[in-house]
Amino acid sequence: MTTNHTPLLRVQDVVKHFDISGGFLDQLRFKGGIHLEKTTVKAVNNVSLFVNKGETLSVVGESGCGKSTLARLILGLYRPNSGKIFYDGQRIDTLTHEQWLPYRRKMQMIFQDPYASLNPRKTVRQTLEEPLRFHNPKMTAQEARDKVDFVMEQVGVDPAWIARHPHEFSGGQRQRISIARGLILDPDFIVADEPVSALDVSIQAQILNLLMDLREKHDLTYLFITHDLSVVHHISSRVAVLYLGTLCELASANDLFNEPRHPYTRALLSAIPKVGEKKAKHIKLKGEVPTPVKLPSGCVFHNRCVYARERCKKEFPRLIELSNSTFVSCHGVEEGWPMD
Amino acid sequence: MSSLLEVRDLEVKFGLRSGDITAIDGVSFELDPGERMGLVGESGAGKSVTGFAIINLISKPGYISRGSIHFEGKEISAYPPDKMRTIRGNRISMIFQDPMMTLNPVYTIGFQMIETLKAHRDISKSQARAIALEKLKLVQMPSPEKRLAQYPHELSGGMRQRIIIAISLLADPAIIIADEPTTALDVTIQAEIMDLLQELCENEKMGLMLITHDLGVVSQVTEKIAVMYAGKIIEYGPTETVVHHPVHPYTIGLIGSIPGSIEPGKDLRQIPGMMPTLTNIPPGCAFNPRCELAADICTRQTPVLEEKQNGIMAACHMK
Repeated sequence: MTTNHTPLLRVQDVVKHFDISGGFLDQLRFKGGIHLEKTTVKAVNNVSLFVNKGETLSVVGESGCGKSTLARLILGLYRPNSGKIFYDGQRIDTLTHEQWLPYRRKMQMIFQDPYASLNPRKTVRQTLEEPLRFHNPKMTAQEARDKVDFVMEQVGVDPAWIARHPHEFSGGQRQRISIARGLILDPDFIVADEPVSALDVSIQAQILNLLMDLREKHDLTYLFITHDLSVVHHISSRVAVLYLGTLCELASANDLFNEPRHPYTRALLSAIPKVGEKKAKHIKLKGEVPTPVKLPSGCVFHNRCVYARERCKKEFPRLIELSNSTFVSCHGVEEGWPMD
Repeated sequence: MSSLLEVRDLEVKFGLRSGDITAIDGVSFELDPGERMGLVGESGAGKSVTGFAIINLISKPGYISRGSIHFEGKEISAYPPDKMRTIRGNRISMIFQDPMMTLNPVYTIGFQMIETLKAHRDISKSQARAIALEKLKLVQMPSPEKRLAQYPHELSGGMRQRIIIAISLLADPAIIIADEPTTALDVTIQAEIMDLLQELCENEKMGLMLITHDLGVVSQVTEKIAVMYAGKIIEYGPTETVVHHPVHPYTIGLIGSIPGSIEPGKDLRQIPGMMPTLTNIPPGCAFNPRCELAADICTRQTPVLEEKQNGIMAACHMK
């Protein structure tokens, strides 16, 4: 994966496994003699991607595919088991807590559930002022107050409500407040983890419009995590499709939606219900999503893929770049098997 | 011809200390055998309460304060609990939203299915088991015999929802009320479950009432659609027509606010504000503070649902 200019964020072969084996007794196994066995959830496996300045990269996939783990790895909330993460050319995955601080200002996160992500005992003012005060210890009270007012106006919450608590707001307004909290430090890069999936359609449209406005006004770069593919098509410049912690396909939104290459992407796209379209036959997948504790051999998708051949069971497909800067990890696409 | 289910002027109120609030206000619709209807709206519009009211699952302080529910020609809204039990789960069954919460985690699938059957019919355990197996096959459950001995936690969300559909089919109901059956599931699983429900309705001549906020799902599965706003049906008509030529400004806004309905990157059409809470419904048309067409009459007089165009009924003064 090479580009002419340095991307804002680059994730390189990142792996994150969680140990869920429990204590000593839980690890004991008696099959073929007594020995200890670790159980790990393989949440993210060798994922590489980059985000250019000013673009919106969406990471999509079904529940349990590792998209939220990836977001948390990027923001340093988890440390990867292996692999590298670069922000603006600097490696950030090995930084200490203190070294992280300047990056925390530049990279902010918006969470899914506005009912859970705001502290119910803090007023809007406390929620918004705290990061501001922490990162700018010299700021005067008036400056902080002005900044909070300014950001609240930007996200469409009346600054007169500054002394209210989260329970006095509706879901949409709460999500606006958590967006305000993300913006208060003037970040460059925002990771939004399912920011609209807890909201009703008409409110969802308001928040999506707001996010797109803010991107233009503040020159923001988004990493957008979602399972809702129609939202993805609407707002993203490029899309990464994850399946079982593995990157299947990475392409520009237009290419991906017009000409999906990976069999999983095709199945996923064919399953979106569209308003006003009579049902097209969706591609049926075999079986169920395997657990990330015991990944299938070879291509992780092979046991559900209708095109799978012998090679898919044995060999893990590399991520290859196609002519139109689409990246796909599939033996079938690489070798040009007929797939219709 | 009389319909399978006919709901007329249904009103449901919840008694609060501060006075009664109206959750459903004069809802009417009908459902024919084998017909699939969608009940759409945002949270708090009253769609689930409508579903619950039909099978009399409204619990205190809620009550049906007005209106009638005719099922197979009989008025069932005032049935006493024991008589209602011959209908609920038997002739009309319901599928709930969260497949993780609906099944009892401490009993096997088989136990739960057999128990349900024995509650409705006087049959032996082995007969019940045979029917349970048959229904599991009907919902295309892989290795059904094995499932009977399994507990809910051993199955994935999609499988559990299949089990729940199988349970709801046990007594060969005439109507299934499905309340957000796929909201908790991933898209690929959602597509499979919706396919399954549609096939079952076609093959078994079952009526389906699909309660959902997802217009995409409704437009693919149903034949007619009722859009609810603040406890009222504000638009009612054939799905095709409503989706392509909506009449009510709320429906127009709702369809416009779905990403995918317009060119990517452009601003979505948004409805300003939010749905009023039930304690605070504005006078006249409940939608008037958010409506761009609102005129003087909208704040004074409540519009009634009436025939507008192409067989669509809508409640709006301005159209």
